[in-house]
Amino acid sequence: MSDQFVLRIFRGDQNGGEEREYYVPAIPGMVVLDAVHYVQAHDAPDLAVRWNCKAAHCGSCSAEINGMPKLMCKTRLDDYQGQVVHIQPMRTFPIIKDLVTDVSWNYEVAKKIPTFHPETAAPFRMQQWDVDRIQEFHHCIECFLCQDVCHVLRDHHAQDEYFGPRFMVKMAEFEMHPADRADRIPQLKNEAGIGMCNVTKCCTEVCPQHIHITDNAIIPLKERVADRYYDPIRSFFRRLGKKDESSQSVPTKG
Amino acid sequence: MNIETMETHSFDVLVLGSGGAGLRAAVEAAAGGGLSVAVIGKSLLGKAHTVMAEGGAAASIGNVDSRDSWQTHFYDTMKSGHYINNFRTVEVFAKEAPARVLELEQWGAVFDRTPEGLIMQRAFGGHSFRRLAHIGDRTGMELLRTLQYKAISMDISIFQEVTITRLLMDKDRIAGAFGYYRADGHFVVFKAKAVVLATGGWGKVYKVTSNSWESTGDGAAMAYRIGAELQDMEMVQFHPTGMVWPPGVAGLLVTEGVRGEGGILYNSEKERFMLRYDPERQELSTRDVVARSIFKEVQAGRGTPHGGAWLDISHKGADFIKRKLPGMYEQLLTLGDVDITKSPFEVAPTCHYTMGGVKAHAETCATNIPGLFAAGEVACGLHGANRLGGNSLADILVFGRRAGIAARDFAGSRKGDVNIPESQIEEEVTRVLEPFNRPNGENPYTIHEELQAVMSTHAGIVRDQQTLEEGLEKVLKLQERAKNMGAQGGRTYNPGWHAVFDVENMLTLSELIIRGALERKESRGAHWRTDYPDELEEMGKWNFVHEYSPDGDRIKRVPVPTMPLALQEICAKPLAPGREASDNPNQRKGASS
Ligand SMILES: Cc1cc2nc3c(=O)[nH]c(=O)nc-3n(C[C@H](O)[C@H](O)[C@H](O)COP(=O)(O)OP(=O)(O)OC[C@H]3O[C@@H](n4cnc5c(N)ncnc54)[C@H](O)[C@@H]3O)c2cc1C
Ligand code: SF4
Ligand code: SF4
Ligand code: FES
Repeated sequence: MSDQFVLRIFRGDQNGGEEREYYVPAIPGMVVLDAVHYVQAHDAPDLAVRWNCKAAHCGSCSAEINGMPKLMCKTRLDDYQGQVVHIQPMRTFPIIKDLVTDVSWNYEVAKKIPTFHPETAAPFRMQQWDVDRIQEFHHCIECFLCQDVCHVLRDHHAQDEYFGPRFMVKMAEFEMHPADRADRIPQLKNEAGIGMCNVTKCCTEVCPQHIHITDNAIIPLKERVADRYYDPIRSFFRRLGKKDESSQSVPTKG
Repeated sequence: MNIETMETHSFDVLVLGSGGAGLRAAVEAAAGGGLSVAVIGKSLLGKAHTVMAEGGAAASIGNVDSRDSWQTHFYDTMKSGHYINNFRTVEVFAKEAPARVLELEQWGAVFDRTPEGLIMQRAFGGHSFRRLAHIGDRTGMELLRTLQYKAISMDISIFQEVTITRLLMDKDRIAGAFGYYRADGHFVVFKAKAVVLATGGWGKVYKVTSNSWESTGDGAAMAYRIGAELQDMEMVQFHPTGMVWPPGVAGLLVTEGVRGEGGILYNSEKERFMLRYDPERQELSTRDVVARSIFKEVQAGRGTPHGGAWLDISHKGADFIKRKLPGMYEQLLTLGDVDITKSPFEVAPTCHYTMGGVKAHAETCATNIPGLFAAGEVACGLHGANRLGGNSLADILVFGRRAGIAARDFAGSRKGDVNIPESQIEEEVTRVLEPFNRPNGENPYTIHEELQAVMSTHAGIVRDQQTLEEGLEKVLKLQERAKNMGAQGGRTYNPGWHAVFDVENMLTLSELIIRGALERKESRGAHWRTDYPDELEEMGKWNFVHEYSPDGDRIKRVPVPTMPLALQEICAKPLAPGREASDNPNQRKGASS
């Protein structure tokens, strides 16, 4: 392996900025975040970057590496052997400084979603196959990379009309919990704007937790909305039972 | 700086820290209604250190091993803590943990299930029964996310990326906190009737560590400076299984769940060496024992190529591993270049947890500062000389809630206005801005790196008088140099500037770790002194309490509280309660593993 990496890191704030070049000695197994820390400790102490865990658990270190939305702590530098590594902040969110963006919009959206609402008291009796499907959604680390890449938000700036893939996953998690009794279908159709998603699957491709955002969360939710609003007979029976019975005891996905 | 125009907020209850302990406290404080509650974190919401916890939360629910009980959990925790834990803290904890875990299920957490459809529990080191409620290997995230969404659904003010640099006092009572917004560096003052300290540990003082950047011990150091008592600071846990190779990821945790699910440790001679050190519990011995055993094997020349031991779970088969330990499988594959379903991998001890901390009352989490309560890793009392895996996630739930209740009660009954002398705020503004006057001052990152090297060499897994004394001298010298730390650039999201305060806090606590370690002339739990290799009965009677004074740290010996007879009887049993009934501890009900 070569003994150093060439990094071009975006430096700047809301008034603009540019990429600057840094050289970092190569250490076996090093990830992009290590290199950014090296730069911070040796060349640019004020270089702004978010991170917590360096273990792909917290979802803080999201950035665009050679144009691809990724976690810096999970991206090996030796994957870029012989290339210049460009590190840019997520583009969909307003920049604060360098690699740090203002992701507060996501927290505003989160507050709008009615939380888990059971009508019985824990402990619940649920089989593993009852929860396999929703446990996938619980893997989300809120890195917001899917929000970053979703063209509805990135290119059309429709933040007022669509909650974005992360929150489709969150709503699916609550909706498909066997013990949940809240009704989020009207919200999904209206305020949350699930209709804005045209299933391009870009979000699924970047998810570092490999959540099948489109297939397992968005599409089933779209079906529920369609059933409710465009299939009145099924919807009538469904509302009698309050909750979509298909969320109970579904067999595990292969 | 004009204090009149400074951003100021007033709350009844102010919670410092939005990890598991902080969020649980805030939820409880707000639950009664009528009081204003705020929670502050120096990271974004949902990113706190707690998110990293993997293996599970210990609670004697008894879903898998029905003979488990609070008494057994009590027995295990006291034994593992080598009896310098506060027995009452442990009793409260063992009794309340099951309810706290079930409550999470009520709030939306989805634990793995038993065949009967109940919460699954896994084996972990030092626990007599399978006790850890878990969600694969990402239990901390589930716990934190559940509390995060619970908190935002309530009337709680949440401040993200605000760093507190000082606790404020109204004469002898707590009055609030001062800090800055990381985003733009502007200052903020919080006035509060009661404050819950839930700022986590200080594992970042060591070089090889599993801890997140937040673990710089800010809360403990700030509390110490206003006169709070800190206890058992020498007790630092080294987790036996951190990643070793490649160096880029050294220290990253390999969850104890790997051993809990059947992983086996070997030395370079393919010997299962834990059979020698702890024939009964083997890989599932307590962390102090396993970490020391690996260390001894390496010292004896039986280490792996990069100075550790082999850990092997491949015999369990790919399906099992990918289902039970998906995070570990992926972490080792992408970062360590090993497929753990096929081959063993290298592990070595990594700094993991700080057992010492702010001395907190067993029932109310009250500190010696009126109105200040401490819960979670920042607090001290529960774990003694060695923490059991899984006890921390249960700790933050049990005592987060209790601190929330006590803070609510204190705030509700506190009379009169909260007054903060302006001089305290003016002083702090000056102090916090000072690094900018020294753009060419000492680099905080360099000081941090040197501190980590000193602590790892002089106050790590093995200790003796001479290395500790040398270490202390080095830390004191670093403290001198640190007075000259500088910052470049502006106040907008400037990690170099922020690092100055983190490093100051770590330097304060490092000194206390070493002073405590010098004082404890014996080996006990995580504290291993080669010049005093035995556990001494006399030493076991004392906790060491650190008190701040202008002339330096003062250590007092405080007697370990004496257990009432009924609890003594539990501890005196030769076998854990529930285990004596059957001579076959492996006779277990239900579980698949
Ligand atoms: C890799 C790993 C795995 C683990 N696995 C397990 C496990 O399986 N089971 C178990 O029981 N335990 C486990 N632990 C231990 C456990 O995760 C922690 O001890 C526990 O989460 C601590 O929680 P806490 O709420 O006390 O503090 P933390 O989660 O550390 O939270 C501290 C909070 O305080 C805030 N804060 C700190 N300083 C300041 C400041 N100056 N101003 C403002 N805010 C501040 C931080 O931003 C953060 O919000 C693990 C630890 C690690 C590192
Ligand atoms: S599938 Fe939908 S949510 Fe995902 S990126 Fe495409 S439009 Fe956005
Ligand atoms: S769904 Fe995936 S990409 Fe989106 S925030 Fe969660 S972890 Fe990140
Ligand atoms: S630092 Fe936590 S996900 Fe990268």
